[in-house]
Amino acid sequence: MSHKVVIPIGPYHPLQEEPEFFRLFVEGETVVDIDINIGYNHRGIEKICESKHFDQVAFVVERICGICSTSHPFAYVNAVEDLAKIEVPERALYIRTIIGEMERIHSHLLWLGLAGHFIGYNTVWMWAWRYREPILDCFEMISGNRNHYAMMKVGGVRRDILDQHIPDLKKTLDQISRATDMFKGAVMDDPVIHARLKGIGVLTRQQAIEWSVVGPTARASGLNIDVRRDDPYAAYDRVDWNVIVREEGDIFAKTVVRILEMYESIRIIRQCLNKMPKGEIDADVKDIPAGEGIGRAEAPRGEVFHYVRSDGTNRPIRHKVRAPSYMNIASNKIACVGGTISDATITLAAVDPCYCCTERVAVIERPTNKKVLNGWDLIKLSQEKTERLRKNYG
Amino acid sequence: MSILDEIKQRLKDKIGDWYEHNPRRIYFSVDKKEIKEAARVLFKDLGLRFATATGTDTPQGFEILYHFSFDKTGQMVSVRTLIEDKHNPQIDSLAVISPAFEWIEREIWEMLGIKFIGHPNLKRLLLADDWPEGKYPLRQR
Repeated sequence: MSHKVVIPIGPYHPLQEEPEFFRLFVEGETVVDIDINIGYNHRGIEKICESKHFDQVAFVVERICGICSTSHPFAYVNAVEDLAKIEVPERALYIRTIIGEMERIHSHLLWLGLAGHFIGYNTVWMWAWRYREPILDCFEMISGNRNHYAMMKVGGVRRDILDQHIPDLKKTLDQISRATDMFKGAVMDDPVIHARLKGIGVLTRQQAIEWSVVGPTARASGLNIDVRRDDPYAAYDRVDWNVIVREEGDIFAKTVVRILEMYESIRIIRQCLNKMPKGEIDADVKDIPAGEGIGRAEAPRGEVFHYVRSDGTNRPIRHKVRAPSYMNIASNKIACVGGTISDATITLAAVDPCYCCTERVAVIERPTNKKVLNGWDLIKLSQEKTERLRKNYG
Repeated sequence: MSILDEIKQRLKDKIGDWYEHNPRRIYFSVDKKEIKEAARVLFKDLGLRFATATGTDTPQGFEILYHFSFDKTGQMVSVRTLIEDKHNPQIDSLAVISPAFEWIEREIWEMLGIKFIGHPNLKRLLLADDWPEGKYPLRQR
C-alpha cells in the first residue's frame, strides 16, 4: 500500500502575483482529492469602491489584476453606462475594443509561455514572452504604460489612439501574426505535446455547465459562449470575427482555443483600426442617477462581471466584482482528480489562474512530515515526463 | 416562446416585482422561501448559466441578487430576494443544485453573516483565518 500524501501548492511565491493554496491528496502517482484555498490576496476592493466616486472606481478596479488589467475597468464602465443609460461616442467604442484585444493577445502569450515552461518546453516560454514585448511596447506608445493603461472611463476613453501610432501598431500585428503561425505549428505538429496534453485534465461539457465555467475553459469543453458576441459591448458587433470552440475539454483543446483566439484578436484590431471613425472620445457624463447596472466584459480568462448600485450620490453604494477565475479555479476539483502528479502543474495552470505558487510546491510524507519534493522537483517531474515521451518518439 | 415568457409561465405567482431595465437586463423578486425552486427552474430546467450573486445590506434587510446569464440572447436575469431578519439571517443554500453556487455562498456568509441552510462546506473563503468571529465587513453600521 502506498502512503496517502498531501502536496501543498502555495500559497506564496515572490515571483507570482496571485497566491492560491492547493492541497493535493495523492496515492502513489495519482491525485485522489484536492482542496482549494483562496483569499490570500483579498484586499476588500468591493468595500473600498463604496468610498470612491464613480471616476475613481475605474482606477481601483484596474488594480485587481496585473495581467488583464483593463478587463475590470472595462466591465465596470459597461455597468455604470448600463445603470445611467449613457451613450458612448463611436470612436471610444473602437478604442476600447482595440485595447481589450491587445490585452487578450499579451495575456494568451504569457499563458502559452508558462504552459511551455511547465511541460519542459523552455524555448516556447522564451519565444512567447519575447513576442509579448512588442505588444507591451504598443501599450506604452498609446497610453504611456506597459500595464495598467487607465484607458477606460465612464462615458468613453481617456486617451485617443493617434494617427501616427497606427502604422507601428499594424506592423506589430503583422509580427504577432507570423509568431502565432509559428506557435500554432509548434503545438499542433509536435507529437510529444499531443501525447503530453491530449486527454489530460478533461472537463466534460456537462461538468463545464455544472460548474458554470467561463472563457477558454468553457469554450474548450464545447460551450459556445463568449460575452463579446452574446451580450455585445464596445465595437464587437461592428466587426467580423469567430468564437473558437473545441469539444474535447482537455488541456490540448484549451491551448488550441487560446492560440486560435489570438488570430481572431488580430483580425478584430485590424478591422477596428480601419473602421474607426473620427470624433469625440468621451461623452460628457454629469450625474449618475439612482439605480443599478450590470456590466460584463470578456477578459482573456472569461467573463468578468460587475454589478453597480447607486443611490444618486457620487459614489456606488454597492459594487460587486466577479473575476472569471472565481468560476474556473473551482473546476480544478474535477480536472485534477484522477490524474497524476506530473500532470498536476499543467492541469492547474490550464485554466490560466495566475500561476502563483506552483513553484513553491512541497511533497510531504504524512507519517514523518519529511519533505521529499519541492516546487522545482515537481516542475522537473513534469519536464522529465516530456523528456521520456520525446525519447519514445525519437 | 422567449425565455422571459418561459420564466413567467413556470414560476407564475412566485414572481413578485418584475422590472426590465432594458431588454437585456431583467430583474425580478421572489420570496426567500421560493429561492431554491426559482434557481432550480432557471439553472436546471431552462439552462441559464449562473454568473454570481450579490449580497447587500439594505435598510429593509439583507438582499441577495442571484445573477443568471442566458447566453443565447445575452440576457442577464437577476433574481432578487430579501431576508428581513437582520439578527439571525438565513436562507436555503443553492449549492445542492450545483457546485457553482458553493463559493459565492461562502463569500456572502463571511462578508454579511447570512447563514446558508444545507450548504455542504460553509467555511471561510476569502477572509484571513485570524479575522475575528462575528465581524462582517460588508455590513453597514
